[in-house]
Formats: sequence, C-alpha cells, structure tokens
Amino acid sequence: MAMFLDEVQRAGGERRRRGKLGTMARREARWGYAFISLWVVGFLLFYFVPMIASLVFSLFDFQLTAPEEARFVGLENWRRLLFDDPLVWQSLGVTFKFALISLPVGMISAIFLAILLNSKHLIGTSLFRTLFYAPVMVPAVAGVLIWSGFLDPTTGWLNQLIEFITGFDAAGPNGIRWFDDPFLVYIAYTFIGLWAIGNAILYNLASLQGIPTALYEAADIDGANFWTKTVNITLPMITPVIFYNLVLGVIGLMQYFITPYVLNGGSGYPQGQTYYYMIHFFKQSFGFLNMGYGSTIAWFMFIIALGITVLLFGTARYWVYYAAETR
Amino acid sequence: MATISTTQTTRQKDRSLNKQSRTLVMRAAITSLTLVILLLYLLPLGYSVLTSLKSKAQVSDVNAPILPSEAQTYFYEGEEYDVYKIPTAEGEKEWALVQKGRSSSQFVDPQNPEAGLIEWQGRWRTLKPSYQLAFQWSNYPRAFNFINFWRLLGFTLLYAIVTTIAATSSAAIVAYGFSRFRFPFKSVLFIILISTIILPPQVTLVPMYAFFYRIGWVGTWLPLIVPQFFSNAYNVFLLRQYFMTIPTSMEEAARIDGAGPIRTFISVILPQAVPALIAVSLFHFFFAWNDFFGPLIYLAGSAELNPIAVGLFRFNGLYSSEPQLIQAASILTMIIPLLIFFFAQRFFMQGIVVTGEK
Repeated sequence: MAMFLDEVQRAGGERRRRGKLGTMARREARWGYAFISLWVVGFLLFYFVPMIASLVFSLFDFQLTAPEEARFVGLENWRRLLFDDPLVWQSLGVTFKFALISLPVGMISAIFLAILLNSKHLIGTSLFRTLFYAPVMVPAVAGVLIWSGFLDPTTGWLNQLIEFITGFDAAGPNGIRWFDDPFLVYIAYTFIGLWAIGNAILYNLASLQGIPTALYEAADIDGANFWTKTVNITLPMITPVIFYNLVLGVIGLMQYFITPYVLNGGSGYPQGQTYYYMIHFFKQSFGFLNMGYGSTIAWFMFIIALGITVLLFGTARYWVYYAAETR
Repeated sequence: MATISTTQTTRQKDRSLNKQSRTLVMRAAITSLTLVILLLYLLPLGYSVLTSLKSKAQVSDVNAPILPSEAQTYFYEGEEYDVYKIPTAEGEKEWALVQKGRSSSQFVDPQNPEAGLIEWQGRWRTLKPSYQLAFQWSNYPRAFNFINFWRLLGFTLLYAIVTTIAATSSAAIVAYGFSRFRFPFKSVLFIILISTIILPPQVTLVPMYAFFYRIGWVGTWLPLIVPQFFSNAYNVFLLRQYFMTIPTSMEEAARIDGAGPIRTFISVILPQAVPALIAVSLFHFFFAWNDFFGPLIYLAGSAELNPIAVGLFRFNGLYSSEPQLIQAASILTMIIPLLIFFFAQRFFMQGIVVTGEK
C-alpha cells in the first residue's frame, strides 16, 4: 500500500522531468512498450472494455438467452437495485454483519499468532510456521466440507470437545446447532475463515521482523514489561501491515461466496442469514442470466468497495505509522 | 571485605542461574502454548482423516469411539452375534449376546464357547458394545471412483500447468518492461496495473461471460485459459519487485557484447530470477487448483469437464449421506497441493513475504 502511494508521487515527478526524448531514449521506450504491450492488450480486453461494457449493460434490460430483446431502460436497473430489491440491502447487511464479526477475529488471531511465532522463546519456529500456514493449501471447497463435518451438532468433534471440557450437553439433541442458528452460523463461518489467515500471519511476521531491535532495548532499559512493549512498540510499528490486511480483508469479504454456496447452495439458510451479496449477484447473473441487472449489482459492489477503501485510506493517517517504512 | 565480595558473586551466580531457569520456563511455556493452539487449529484435519477411515455406521453412531473401529461380532453355531462389555464379579468380560431378554440375557464367551450359554442378570440395553480398531481403507478407492478422480485430476492438472506457464512467462515479460526500461507514462501505467489487483472481478465478469457465450466458448476451458496469457497484475508486481533487486552490471556487460534486450532478458535476467519465478508459478498453480467460481460458471453445463474443486462440490451434493466418503474425497483433493507446498515451502513463503512488505 505504501508502495502504491510512492508510485503515485513518483508519477508526479516524472511528468515534470519529461522533456524531448533523444534517439537512444526513444529506442529504449519502444522496447519498454514492446515488453509491456502484452499487459496493455490484456488490460484493455479483460479489464477496461468489460468494465465500461458492464456499466453500459446496467442501462439495459438484457437476458442472455434472448439477446435480440435487449432494450435500453435508462436507470431502471439502478432504481430497482436501490429501491425495489430488498434482497440487495438484506444481502449487504448480511455481508457487513459477518464482516464485523469475522474481520476482527481473523485479524486479531493473525496478529496474535505472528507474535507467538516471532517469539525468541519458541522452539521449532520454522516447523510451526509451516504447519500454521498449511491449511491455506487445503482447497477451499475441501476446507468447508471438513469444517462442516467438524461442526456437525451430534457427530462433530467441536461439540463433543465442548461437552468433554465443560460438561454442558453440547453434542446432544438440544446441543449447539452451528449452522441452524441465525447468529451461531456467523461464528461457524468465522471458524472456517480461520483456515485462510495464513497469508496475514506471514505478512505480520515479516513486519514484526522489520522492527528495529533498538526500540525494544531502549524499552528494556526503562523496565517496560512485555505487555507495555506490545502495546507501545509492536502494534504501532506493524500498523501498515494491519492496514494492508484490513483492506484485503474488506475486499475479500465483498466477494465472499464459496463457504455459503458449498454449505447451502446459496439458499441463505438459516433465515436468509447467509444470503451474502455475492450470492445475490451470482443468482441474478448466472442463475437467471439477467446480464443487465447482474451488471448493476456488480457495479454497485464496486462502488461500495471503492468507497470503503477510500474511507479506510482516509482514516489511515490517524492510526497507521508510516515512518517505519525503510525506503 | 572478602566475605562481601563472595556473597556478591554468589548473588550474581544466583541471578544468572535464575535467569537461565526463567528462560527455560519461558521456552517450555511458549512452545507448549503454541503446540496446543496448533493442535486445536489442525483438529478439523484430524477429524477429517479419522472420519475418512470409518464406516458409515460408525460416523452416525454417537457412542462409537473416536478412532476408526467396528463393533466386534462373534460367530456362534453359524450365527453372527454382537459382542458387549459385561461387568461381572471377576472384572469386565467381552461376551457375545445370543439370546436377548428383558431382565436377563444369554451370552456366550468367545474365549470359551464350549462352556455354552451364560445367563447374565441385567438389562442388555445398558451394556456397551465392544469395539475393535478397524480402518476402512476401502473408503478411498470408493471415493476415488465415485468422484471420477482421474478425470478431475486430468482437467485440473491441464488447467493448472498450462495457465501456470502462461501466467508466469507473460508476467515475466511485462515485469521486465516495467523494471528495466524508461518510457513515458510508465508510472501511470504501473499504477493502473496495481489498481487492477484490488478491482473486484465481478465488475468485469458479466460482459466477459456474455462475450464468451456469444463466441461459443462457454462450456469450454477457453475463457479460463486464454486471459492468463496476458499476464496478471499480482504476478507482474511480484516479479518486477524482484527484478529491481538484480544488479544491472551483468546486463551492461551483455549489452557491450552486443546482446539485444530479448537476449539479455532470456540469458541474464531469467536465470537470476529463478526463486521469484518459482514463487509466482507456485502461487498460480495453487490458484488454478483452487479455482472454483470461474469453472463453476463457465463449465456449468459441462459437468464432464469439471476441475477438482467443482467436482468435489458436486460430489458433496450427491453423497451427503455418506460423510466418510465426503471426507475421503476432501483429503484426496488436498494431497497434491499439500505435498508441493511442503517440498517447495521456502520459495513459496518468501514470495508471500515480498508481496506483503511492499
């Protein structure tokens, strides 16, 4: 992220520097363009044109199965999305509610595990790192199916473990039904998400290793304990990575799809609580092949994701410590 | 004076000893805490492995033991009887239940069948069945065949290998352009490239689907493979970062020897960038192996072309009443990526760290 801002600044500088190009420079530029042309073509074909097309689609009533009947409807799709389709707001609500539970849990777990894996007292560090990362390698569908069995109310191990430890009848007929309860289902999905925090752990770890040891030495002389050092040195110093993980997490959750789709086929069970925004998009676009309205839903998602990202960048200067960057 | 200095050194010794033992305690505490968390974290995997080796009956039996086992039976005079654990005056016995009765039942002792039937007073329903370890290895070949593993594996490998080569080589070419040449609008173009990383793919998906549908590519692998030949921002970014760290001295030497940019790229840059190229290839391979949404929509009508992730999803829909087969199939789908990961993890984890730091 910091690198991104850097690039923006450099772009400004370049514009000032640019003058007439000499023969050598022109030759170099031509080679440069030749090498990146592959990407430029790909960008135009698979990003730029489709994005514009998607916006244009959103102004049409366009069924894929009957393209000749496509007609321009102006902002009708947008009106429907904003005022006439309760599922849009419901699914957005579901997505945000889940994000409010799952993001903090995932991010705090990733920070905690990174601190633990960075501890100088830990024996077998690299083995632990490998094993904590391993679940990321489990294909997402397989991971969801494994957790679905693990959280089974009667035969799953989690309820049996809870019963064993607390004595509470968790695995019995009146036990904990993770996927049937409108609130617990978010906890269950959050558990499943914990198998995907491996990357965040590694980002955090790299950032922890970049903290100058002099800071800790100074704190030791002042007699600071572990907790004080964590709150006053460690956490502030890794805020850039926390910020990066936060932005990636928000963007990822807007596209949250595999878990609910594998568990209930996108039915939203229980009580619509797992009807995520992406499920709504999938059903409209590829279930009903409603290309016009599907594009509208996609663009609305893009606008919201962009809005949140801009908002996060706006808050960054109040809590993200950028002096730590060594560039 | 002498005594004071002695007590001081002992105190210092004490302190250093104290410190040593404290470090030892800290080590034990931190390591065991991490171990406990790791075990909890990987517990679902343990559940999956053990369940995949159980019989269907055992998975649904709440009172069955945790390890894969089967209820013990005993053949007595040509009939098969269940074996139960019976508390007797001489300790617990394992007898086969021959004649069920309300308040007393007839048993036979498998150790000593010649003794004939033994009368036992008590309700047999309160008895616990006797289990013995039994691994249902046959679940794996069954899941393997039901899911049609060879076909899924074939398509998945084809997709993963072709797009890995395409994505890595195209990204290397583009990254070379961005890292070694000066040209107008370079930074602006690079910013656009980076921005596409955080662009939600849905916003381009519908027109692309409509277009591929129009040209008859929906129902084939083409919409999933062809775009990979045009490089992807994430891979370009990673490789460009790596190329920037390669010193230019060797390239200058090559240029003096008359090598053009293409020669330099192939014989100077690529050999020095092998770790980064491996990392990018691994990322892409795992991405392709996991890819679910793309194949789900583009191959919706052609189930026979499905890759492994979608195949597993469909299998779950068909065999949800056979949890042990679902778990066995899940394990099957993760073996290859896990093996590659354990062998190549050094490249892989370094690559991730590079993207995270920037």
